[in-house]
Amino acid sequence: MNQFTKSIPIISEGEASLIQPIDLDGFREHNRKKSKALIDKTMTEKEVIDKYVKDGDYLGFELYGTVRCPMSLTRELVRSGKKDFRIVGQGVHELDLMFGADLVREIDFTYISLEVYGISDNMRRRVESGAVTKIVEWSNAAITWRFKAASMGIPFIPARSMLGTDTMKKSSAKVIECPFTHEKVALLPALFVDVGFIHVNRADIHGNCQIDGISGFAFEMSRACKTLIISTEKIVSTDEIREHPDRTIIPYYLVDAVVHAPYGSWPGEMSGMYERDDTHYKMFIEKQKTQEGMDEYMKEWLYSLPDHQSLLDKIGKKRLQELTL
Amino acid sequence: MTQQYSPSELLICLSSRVMEDGTTAFIGTGIPMLAASLAQAMHAPNLVPIFEFGGTGAILEKLPLAVGDMRTYNKALAASGICDVMETAQRGFVEFGFLGGAQIDKYGNLNSTVIGDHKHPKVRLPGSGGANDVGSACWRTIAIMIHDKRRFMEKIDFITTPGFLSGPGAREEAGLPRNTGPYRVVTSLGVLGYDDETKRMKLLSVNPGVTVEKVIENTGFELLFADNITTNEPPTEEELKILREKVDPDGLYR
Repeated sequence: MNQFTKSIPIISEGEASLIQPIDLDGFREHNRKKSKALIDKTMTEKEVIDKYVKDGDYLGFELYGTVRCPMSLTRELVRSGKKDFRIVGQGVHELDLMFGADLVREIDFTYISLEVYGISDNMRRRVESGAVTKIVEWSNAAITWRFKAASMGIPFIPARSMLGTDTMKKSSAKVIECPFTHEKVALLPALFVDVGFIHVNRADIHGNCQIDGISGFAFEMSRACKTLIISTEKIVSTDEIREHPDRTIIPYYLVDAVVHAPYGSWPGEMSGMYERDDTHYKMFIEKQKTQEGMDEYMKEWLYSLPDHQSLLDKIGKKRLQELTL
Repeated sequence: MTQQYSPSELLICLSSRVMEDGTTAFIGTGIPMLAASLAQAMHAPNLVPIFEFGGTGAILEKLPLAVGDMRTYNKALAASGICDVMETAQRGFVEFGFLGGAQIDKYGNLNSTVIGDHKHPKVRLPGSGGANDVGSACWRTIAIMIHDKRRFMEKIDFITTPGFLSGPGAREEAGLPRNTGPYRVVTSLGVLGYDDETKRMKLLSVNPGVTVEKVIENTGFELLFADNITTNEPPTEEELKILREKVDPDGLYR
């Protein structure tokens, strides 16, 4: 037998099946069809959610902690009534709203918590009651490397994380003996997102995006999305983008829609622009401890407001000024 | 005169003393942030803190509240992203990694995923986040724990983050980078290390006012003991002054 027809044996593998299938050529064909023209992609939150999101989609939110969260898009998503989402879970406040409205069925789970404020009670209620029907475990690096594999257009990426643990057992990763080093490596399957949401400091109308400060996993996730929705603090001219092309983390052709959302990360923060609204956040922490409290919170701060501008009006210019750096 | 200090302040000071100058440390939310900041002000001005979402070499003038907030790259040397930082650890550049968890076993394996059964959990915890990666790739990891029997267990409910797994050689057998693993456990009762041969947790020193018996009573597995168990110095006047006036003036961790 020709040695190249031998397959590499799987030494061990995680129990979970993939939440999101891998279709490399399908992704290429999808990307071929995306417009490469420099067209105006600006839309409102409502238009974006109506047009691009459907029940059951696999959704991704890029952020870190309460920083640079696409909150105006999340609120519109919750208001829309669309449901039964599968998500990649590296989240804080945006996922709390999703859990509050019981919109999540399956999770590629890495970290969902309220950081210094402790465990998310919204997440606990939905997971412990079985409302979330499938949870697959990953580490943060593993999730990001899975995006990286997708962004490279390859089916998996080898890594030296997760090995030997229950995190591996409850994942969809596989362990093989590396054909080059003869050591065990974990194979992490590429992760493709149906609809991704990323909030940035500035973008032009075509979707060329720049981020100040650390970039989290924006680079990798933006390249792993079939549909990518951007919300931005500022819309700038393309000339301004061209002055500092080295700062463009997300080029326009990845992007399907651009939403202008000043204070779009509130009550979270935005690098160099505004701080987290800790007063609001602490109030939220208390409210989310019970479902009744969460329902009240959602009614006041989400359902009773038609759009992002009405939220900004409710917060008030004075408070926003206080938060601005 | 003996200074009064809180249990958190003691944990912060003990953790800070473990950090070495001129090296790199992966810093998570909470006590490790305060400890790194205190270490920079005390004995380790050239400690390079690395934060999960991309901040490298920040000067910790104000306490970060999350591993991605602006303070994690205050006057930093580099601000990149999660891939860069995790790959830096995977390449062997990161000496220390700080970890926490709900449960720990005698081999330093940590659980931050679930209490009870994974499918039908009693308590769903936040999940690995970067912990599994830190525990896999950093040369030496330091766990910071409240010390009681519910947390120091013979068998933990879920291994989120690898310690020495099932004992000597198990990390290498699993494919984890060689010569890596747990180094210290800083607890509310003392400081523990690991036996070179058996890889089992070993009591090195006790905190002021704590007896060896009390440590045994609060540990759910059989401990090993260093030949000469010392008593840790309480927080010094200087440590407390810096901690209260500079590191945490708002008293979030007092």
